[in-house]
Amino acid sequence: MFSSTKFNFIIPIISVLLGLAAGAIIMLIFGYNPILGYQALWNGVFDSPFFMSETVNRITPYILTGLAIAFAFRTGLFNIGAEGQVLVGWVAAVWVGTAVDAPAFIHLPLALLAAAAAGALWAFVPGILKAKLGVHEVIVSIMMNYIALHVTNYLIRFVLTDNQETTEPVKQSASLTNDFLIGLTGSRLHLGFIVALLMVLVMWIILERTKLGYELKAVGYNQHASNYAGMKVGRNIVVSMLISGLFAGLAGAMQGLGSFGNAFTNTAFSNLGFDGIAVALLGGNNPFGVVLSASLFGFLKVGSLNMSSAGVPNEIIEIVIALIILFVASGFIIRWALLQLKKGEKK
Amino acid sequence: MENYVIEMLNIRKEFPGIVANDNITLQVKKGEIHALLGENGAGKSTLMNVLFGLYQPDKGEIRVDGKKVEINDPNVANKLGIGMVHQHFMLIDTFTVAQNIVLGSEPKKGLKIDMKKAVREVQELSDRYGLQVDATAKISDISVGMQQRVEILKTLYRGANVVILDEPTAVLTPQEIKELIVILQTLIKEGKSIILITHKLKEIMEVCDRCTVIRKGQGIGTVEISETNPNELASLMVGREIRFSTEKQPAAPKETILAIEGLTVQDSRHVDMVKDLNLDIRAGEIVGIAGVDGNGQTELIEAITGLRKKSAGKVMLKNQDITSMPVRAITESGVGHIPQDRHKLGLVLDFSVGENIVLQTYYQKPYAKGGILSFKRIYDKAKALIEEYDVRTPSHLTKARALSGGNQQKAIIGREIDRNPDLLIAAQPTRGLDVGAIEFIHKRLIEQRDQGKAVLLVSFELDEILNVSDRIAVMFDGKIIATVNPKETNEQELGLLMAGSKIEKEGAQN
Repeated sequence: MFSSTKFNFIIPIISVLLGLAAGAIIMLIFGYNPILGYQALWNGVFDSPFFMSETVNRITPYILTGLAIAFAFRTGLFNIGAEGQVLVGWVAAVWVGTAVDAPAFIHLPLALLAAAAAGALWAFVPGILKAKLGVHEVIVSIMMNYIALHVTNYLIRFVLTDNQETTEPVKQSASLTNDFLIGLTGSRLHLGFIVALLMVLVMWIILERTKLGYELKAVGYNQHASNYAGMKVGRNIVVSMLISGLFAGLAGAMQGLGSFGNAFTNTAFSNLGFDGIAVALLGGNNPFGVVLSASLFGFLKVGSLNMSSAGVPNEIIEIVIALIILFVASGFIIRWALLQLKKGEKK
Repeated sequence: MENYVIEMLNIRKEFPGIVANDNITLQVKKGEIHALLGENGAGKSTLMNVLFGLYQPDKGEIRVDGKKVEINDPNVANKLGIGMVHQHFMLIDTFTVAQNIVLGSEPKKGLKIDMKKAVREVQELSDRYGLQVDATAKISDISVGMQQRVEILKTLYRGANVVILDEPTAVLTPQEIKELIVILQTLIKEGKSIILITHKLKEIMEVCDRCTVIRKGQGIGTVEISETNPNELASLMVGREIRFSTEKQPAAPKETILAIEGLTVQDSRHVDMVKDLNLDIRAGEIVGIAGVDGNGQTELIEAITGLRKKSAGKVMLKNQDITSMPVRAITESGVGHIPQDRHKLGLVLDFSVGENIVLQTYYQKPYAKGGILSFKRIYDKAKALIEEYDVRTPSHLTKARALSGGNQQKAIIGREIDRNPDLLIAAQPTRGLDVGAIEFIHKRLIEQRDQGKAVLLVSFELDEILNVSDRIAVMFDGKIIATVNPKETNEQELGLLMAGSKIEKEGAQN
């Protein structure tokens, strides 16, 4: 028999393999060569330090939005508002990054803090509405996404700039970029991955080692029993949303202070927050699992840009990703198939 | 040769890692009430699921009316005239009685369901067996006892000759149980046979003809009820001697621990459920609250423990006013609470046993220091309590969900008693448990009393109330309407008191 932790590990791996296999079949059906296609995907990342660095830059915000969603899931909440929290975090970081003058050891942390606070504030609204009035957090946080999109556009156009679409770049003292890394890779590889990995540890410690994490999980699993044990259920819901929003806000800072170094108006969502749902799901809502699944997502997204060199449209990777998620979501079928296989072996 | 309607011969059913049924033989005669007795997890349900076609036996054979049959799904069982009334009713609340009964085998008129015919047929069937069911009533409007009759009617409508009832009395009031017994006897007179799954010995003695006992998956044997007694049945079931009335010294009550004055509590619909209630409990006594479910017991306990707002009145614990304290402050001031619904309130089922052991104390030293939990301390405590309270679990890391009901309950009781509360509230502490676990829990409650604690016991089981309490308070319609000495009363008197003063009317409603 497989233990459930083993399953948590095996199912995502099988899902990824199945997704890639299905992608290969689709390529075959449409007359492309899957071997060349996947080779191009691989080379698209590992052929040059530049693209490897780009991949890391891509992975970093995925880790953070993945953590945001996973943290909420683990405490019984569905923070589908990570998208909006990323946007407000992004703009808050750039705002502090452009408007404040301070030495780097103050300026950068301050900008990060602003992003975290903005994300947390955005998540506070659905949290408090759920705690006080029982409004479902999914509805409120989806609406908060649109508010974030338009509010940040307004701020960029009329507050941060004078009717421009793009802000000034953040000052060097608030930037995550680092001359040494740029020199090494020729890319915009920035220090954000350190922040992201630090947050992985933070999430793990909160959930697995602290009184707070114990309460948050208890409330997520069973509000009645938590109430019976004297916990403040409403307060815990709000705290959980705050922490989740904080992670998502930092994902925005990675973009604003690192990859892009500025903020710009958007006509549509960045999808970082929505992809975070898939990252969390594939990572089994475990902080370390999130690192692995975010890496896979970053790898697929960056590598796919090179697939056109093999004559394969890179949209095929979107299909592969969708299929992987489908397989993870139908994990119980894989579980069942594995158990059947086991049984067959015995006989 | 005997005339058996159902024969299950040498049935064996194995699941990965466990033999649920091993060589069990059950033979039911035509026209008898046959009891299937066993502890929780003994394999009763597995055996009945084999008979009902939900599982296939690995070995053994099933005969119906002497003919060997293979039952590979419930539809086959239905066709063979086997019907089952599950413990949890499978009824649609918003449908009428008749709609529920004909569901799946509706009489048709062209493409339309012939509802008139359905109502007529159901009504005829009900009248024939004296079930007094109104075919046009909505399920949500009728009592639990009535719903059970609808389930019985459902099997009869589908032509059942053998009706299996799984723990049918667990949800019924004493009056309803009496009525059920009459119904069962009517069914027998009409030539039906009944298999009664239960672990209540008294009911077996009262209504059954024969009884098959299984223990840990093994068939122990079949006995004639007329030739046995409850003690023998219990030891057959558990495999050792069982004492029914837990031995105890007379109580020596001391100072008042809990004093409730003029307490009024509303339920979530803002209906007064506890009405101007007064109750004192003293150190060293067990006060049992007897009453039919729904007379305010749940709201009373929730109000004392702070889970529910009080609209009027005062609750004093050791001369300290706890009326408007939050839950945690009340818990800390010396209240232990074994909740009625252990899955909803008592445990976080997805937490490990160890994490559940500290559900009330996780934030205190030595389990938490500066916001960080010490899992070493937590697990040390958990291991100690698992040992002391005989919680059978593979490990302290096992999820609480994986434990049997009895072991979950022991974990809760261990947790609450270990905090050494001055007042221990036990609501339905033995619900759904087998005699072995019940005996254990009763002993612990009495032990607490002997150590000078005040114990408040709420139970719908009259046996339990009579056996364990030093003083019985009868609760009806939100009030304590009588306080009696368990030595000077009996089930009849309590039953009457529990029904309030309007006994006839209560009966007529059903």
